[in-house]
Amino acid sequence: MDLNALTECLVSASCMVTQVTSGFIIGMLLFLVAVGLTLIFGVMKIVNFTHGAFYMLGAYFAMTVFQFTNSYGLALLGAAVGACVIGVIVERLFMQRVYGGNVLMQLLVCYALVLILDDLVRIVWGPEFKAMGMPDAFRVPPLFIMGGVVPPFYLFLIAAALAMAIILGLAIARTRFGKTIRAAAHNPAMVSVLGINTGLLFTGVFALGCLLAGLAGGLAAPVRSLTPGMGFSILIESFIVTVIGGMGSILGALVGAVLLGLIRTFGALGFPLFTEALMYLAMAVVLIVKPSGLFGREAA
Amino acid sequence: MMRPAFRDALLGLTGFLVLAALPLVFVSSALIDFVIRCAALGLFATSLNLLVGYGGMVSFGHGLFFGMGAYSFGIIMQRTGMPIPLAILLSLGVAALVALVVGAICVRLKEIYFAFVTLAFQMLVHSMIIAWVPVTGGDQGLRGGIPRPPFLGINLADQKQLYLFAAALLIIGLLAMRHIVSSPFGYTLRMIRDNPVRAGFLGIDVYRTRLTAFVLAGMFASLGGVIMSLFVSGAYPEFAFWTMSGEAVFIVMLGGTVAFLGPMVGTVLLLLLNDFVTRVAEHHGLVLGIVILIFALGLRKGLLDFVMDWIEARRTRRGAASLVPAPSPERIAT
Repeated sequence: MDLNALTECLVSASCMVTQVTSGFIIGMLLFLVAVGLTLIFGVMKIVNFTHGAFYMLGAYFAMTVFQFTNSYGLALLGAAVGACVIGVIVERLFMQRVYGGNVLMQLLVCYALVLILDDLVRIVWGPEFKAMGMPDAFRVPPLFIMGGVVPPFYLFLIAAALAMAIILGLAIARTRFGKTIRAAAHNPAMVSVLGINTGLLFTGVFALGCLLAGLAGGLAAPVRSLTPGMGFSILIESFIVTVIGGMGSILGALVGAVLLGLIRTFGALGFPLFTEALMYLAMAVVLIVKPSGLFGREAA
Repeated sequence: MMRPAFRDALLGLTGFLVLAALPLVFVSSALIDFVIRCAALGLFATSLNLLVGYGGMVSFGHGLFFGMGAYSFGIIMQRTGMPIPLAILLSLGVAALVALVVGAICVRLKEIYFAFVTLAFQMLVHSMIIAWVPVTGGDQGLRGGIPRPPFLGINLADQKQLYLFAAALLIIGLLAMRHIVSSPFGYTLRMIRDNPVRAGFLGIDVYRTRLTAFVLAGMFASLGGVIMSLFVSGAYPEFAFWTMSGEAVFIVMLGGTVAFLGPMVGTVLLLLLNDFVTRVAEHHGLVLGIVILIFALGLRKGLLDFVMDWIEARRTRRGAASLVPAPSPERIAT
């Protein structure tokens, strides 16, 4: 435990800026993964255990596209679309069979898919750690904000994720697709009776979730090392985010993700050995005090 | 008719004698290793089935207790050198305590939350094992070997005696779990699985019953971990990794959740499969994943359950055929 480092940082503006931005980086990536998880849970009532694998696929797709085209924009597009396409295939072939089934089967099918996808990545890209490298556009000197060092890419990442959050929030609140999603979360049988193809809708929601996870992978690729199995830890953390924020709530996912990001960065200063434990502690506290999560309606 | 408990004990004794005679018939150290691994994983999987099959609680973090058993036993033996039986009891106590804390938070959650929050706690323990290097050895695992001082004339450093010891622990563990599921407590657990609300109306403390089951399952899982750490003479973070829980869930599903020995059958099948796959294929996860998909989406129930249902269906068909002239009311009443 190193409480001195923590208090020193809390009173220094430059340290605060650095820590808060890195907290936001973690939080934004978590948000993009967690929001898909929460949407899929809201509509299909399953926890998509394979979600981390789509984050991983996104990162690898981004790396490959970037190596061929040297354009980070295209790399992001490739990551999102690639993960989305694989998501549709997985949903149509496997996930549709376990909706509404027992939890044991859902977990098993997902477990099998994670094993398969991780191994496929290992076959295609190799088992070793990979790095994509920073795109040229962001190879510029870092900004200094109140004495804190902030790489420009960090700002881009935060802005991109926040933009996605706003677009998604508006789309769910305003568009017809968003209304249908909300209705289906409430009562899928009724939505089906009203003449909406729920099978297609489910695929759409799943694909949207995978697209966001893929995008998160693409955004993470320049700042994280790529390895098969990288999806698992982010899956667990996004699950904690959804528990803290409340399953089914987009705002909850955003708040929970940022909170978790800050816990990680400041926890690393104060309690280097038990940073992870702090996250689980936060989850346990929320589960005991408010089982529905901060913004959720349904109790866990 | 024999009393069921007596019959189970007799079956257990027979099982032990068969296992004990096995190395006399087939002299092979690979077989001995295989049975020891079966004992460790079999106890682990059967304890999970206490929760999944009898309690309707699908835990995805059961590997926590397997790892906990292996590590606490290993650490106790390395640091204190107390007699092995005492160390085993102490490890079970540690696991029970951890299970009490984790269970107190988890067992009132809904199904899918239960699965994932148990998984989250497992990952917490895994990350602590990795981080707490001075005690656990970090990602290298607990190395340097676990001392195995002889006790009561038993020397576990000898592979043959370790084999007998593991077989005995397996049989004792299975008998104890069999006793638990056929006790009134076991039937209460099944009732809660089928209808918790109604069980509550009948005056059963649902929370406490589930928590008790969770603690018991954790203890038996840690016994599996103890056997594993004795076998490999160490403890590794993989024991507490999530794939361990995934494997246990698959074993339970592979063998079957209804028949008591289903998870044992599943364990033997999975170990055979694992050995086979690692021998022929480089990409172990890919093949295993496909097999799991075939089982989960194709068969939709465990092998032993499948066989039992099939026998049952045949029997009723034959019974129905012989009863066609004059269906007797007693027959229908049973």
